[in-house]
Amino acid sequence: MPKPVAVTGNEAVANALRQVNPDVCAAYPITPQTDMMQRFASFVSNGQVDTEIILVESEHSAMSACIGAAAAGGRVITATSSQGLALMWEMLFIAAGDSLPIIMPVVNRALSAPLNIHGDHSDAMGARDSGWIQLWSENAQEAYDNTIQAFRIGEHPEIRLPVMINMDGFIISHSIETMEYLEDEVVKSFVGEYQDAYPLLDLKKPKSYGPLILPDLYHEYKRLQHEIMGRVKNVVLNVAEEFEKISGRKYGLFETYRLEDAEVALVILGSAAGTAKDVVDAVRDKGIKAGLLKPRLFRPFPYEEVAQALEHLKAVCVMDRADSFGGYGPVFLEVSSALYQNGKGPALINKIYGLGGRDFLPEHAEAVFNELNEIASGGSIKTIKEYIGVRQ
Amino acid sequence: MATPLKLKELSKKPDLLTHGHRMCAGCGAPIVVKMVLMASEYPLVASNATGCLEVSTCISEYTAWKIPWIHSAFENAAATISGVETMYRAWKKKGKITEKVKFIAFGGDGGTYDIGFQSLSGAMERGHDMVYICYDNGAYMNTGIQRSSATPRGADTTTSPVGSVVLGKIQRRKDLTRIMAAHNIPYVAQASPSHWLDLMKKVRKALDVDGPAFINILSPCNRGWRSKTDDAIALSKLAVETCYWPLYEIENGVTRITFKPKEKKPLEEFLKPQGRFKHMFAPGNEHLLKQLQEDIDMEWERLNKESSTEK
Repeated sequence: MPKPVAVTGNEAVANALRQVNPDVCAAYPITPQTDMMQRFASFVSNGQVDTEIILVESEHSAMSACIGAAAAGGRVITATSSQGLALMWEMLFIAAGDSLPIIMPVVNRALSAPLNIHGDHSDAMGARDSGWIQLWSENAQEAYDNTIQAFRIGEHPEIRLPVMINMDGFIISHSIETMEYLEDEVVKSFVGEYQDAYPLLDLKKPKSYGPLILPDLYHEYKRLQHEIMGRVKNVVLNVAEEFEKISGRKYGLFETYRLEDAEVALVILGSAAGTAKDVVDAVRDKGIKAGLLKPRLFRPFPYEEVAQALEHLKAVCVMDRADSFGGYGPVFLEVSSALYQNGKGPALINKIYGLGGRDFLPEHAEAVFNELNEIASGGSIKTIKEYIGVRQ
Repeated sequence: MATPLKLKELSKKPDLLTHGHRMCAGCGAPIVVKMVLMASEYPLVASNATGCLEVSTCISEYTAWKIPWIHSAFENAAATISGVETMYRAWKKKGKITEKVKFIAFGGDGGTYDIGFQSLSGAMERGHDMVYICYDNGAYMNTGIQRSSATPRGADTTTSPVGSVVLGKIQRRKDLTRIMAAHNIPYVAQASPSHWLDLMKKVRKALDVDGPAFINILSPCNRGWRSKTDDAIALSKLAVETCYWPLYEIENGVTRITFKPKEKKPLEEFLKPQGRFKHMFAPGNEHLLKQLQEDIDMEWERLNKESSTEK
């Protein structure tokens, strides 16, 4: 039986990758991801995996090598953060456009300038439209579990898309938490052998990857990507159901916390959701009917399900650890769209928090709940989008 | 048994880049690619940088490639093939593939000297078993003849246009072949389609190497060079005979000139048929010719000093 262990998020995910034992890994160091790929490199050096590792000269080449290796026909991983993901940006679209199920943990970190190595979601949100599936994690356990499930989701024959597993830089990657590993054999049999339908290394059937597609077919090609994304939700749920059987842990498209009878709620991604759940309990004791929704699958975004989960509320604050300057936060945009199409729903506000590793404290969440409670009690919305936790 | 490098025998081998591709009439690149593929005795997998060769040989839903081929972006043909080659090694280790396969990356000078330089350098340093072929036509021809770091000094391009103040490209071209040799990889060479036997021998050597190899191959472009469509081979021959494009190889650190013209022809013979150098022959611009000749002479002299005695 699995025993609880105390590990960092990077260590947990590195171990998930060890248990999956992929064919090829291409990696480049960047804080706060570095420690994950260092650990993986030591698994290679010590013969704990059969993986061939490519220690490339940039993240652009890391993703390019992953694309070559995945097109060749095997199971491929990399990992990155921040500027590294930004440098990969061009290649992210190509990995998705070529239908290559590359698996990539992203240890979320702020983007320059100014230079900052700490946790926020700007990197992954910048890659939102690249065609990658995005899973988000609250803690080391979820990062580990999401990594294992990502292989089954991305490699599913009806999907064949790359998957990003997001986890907050430092807060998850470097903090020691209690979690449980699955047995190596259990993971191995859960992910199974990967069979690529169109391997470039099949010399008997030569294939051309990456053609030029002109206006006669490009539009249809992109519509196909859109259609494939539409199938992801079901696969995520089916994989989660199977994963529950081997782990006892339940996953969905998102998690709700005390939401059913709530009047006000936060929508919040990543590690801050943990802090916010404690605050939900605390403000409930003070008489505020608070709840929380934590997205797990951000791309594709489960619009209908999120809208249904939130429609009964009076006021909701969507919390963004990234900004779209001149626009609303990226999670807010999705939730707004979901509720608009739903036709009915709560009053909605947007708070930008925790950029560049700024602590998200319980009192920040409590202040937001107080504001939501005022709105729910008939008060007006003063500001739709606002930064919180700002030093005066 | 290797196919002898004789025209009669080679003509029996299938074209691995078929007709029907959409390269311009008279382009040097498909000639170069066909020679490279024909020289191989191994099954090949190729990657291709974005560029003329790539956009003209695989337009959905057609492909001119009879071998497994991958294009991903402009600056990463080397990184992309390094991923394919690594998967091959992973599978070889596990017994999932048993054949001996070789890996080639094709890139133009823009995709190799400039934007793909880092990716190429990285792949060479990592020691992948691959051959990188640069087909060097001396400018960004696919986007319409913009100067690259491979463009010769003085050449008229759309971003180094000859004007009343600036007379074409000011800077000397980057010597990429030497830079690749400085990576201390097993095999580096320079070749020209005019000397097909020399070219194919070099490709064979490069493929036989267990590790990275680089070949820089001159590839005339009549659109960019402003030359006649049937002049590709004649011009590449003149490039060699004027020592503008010396044929040499560096095998395990030993430099050898593989073709020494009996008489070094004046550079003008190579330049004159090309419109991109037209202004260099105008009265008052003699210094441009002189400077380019000096560049060429200096390199030829250096190469002669460095090379071992010809076999």
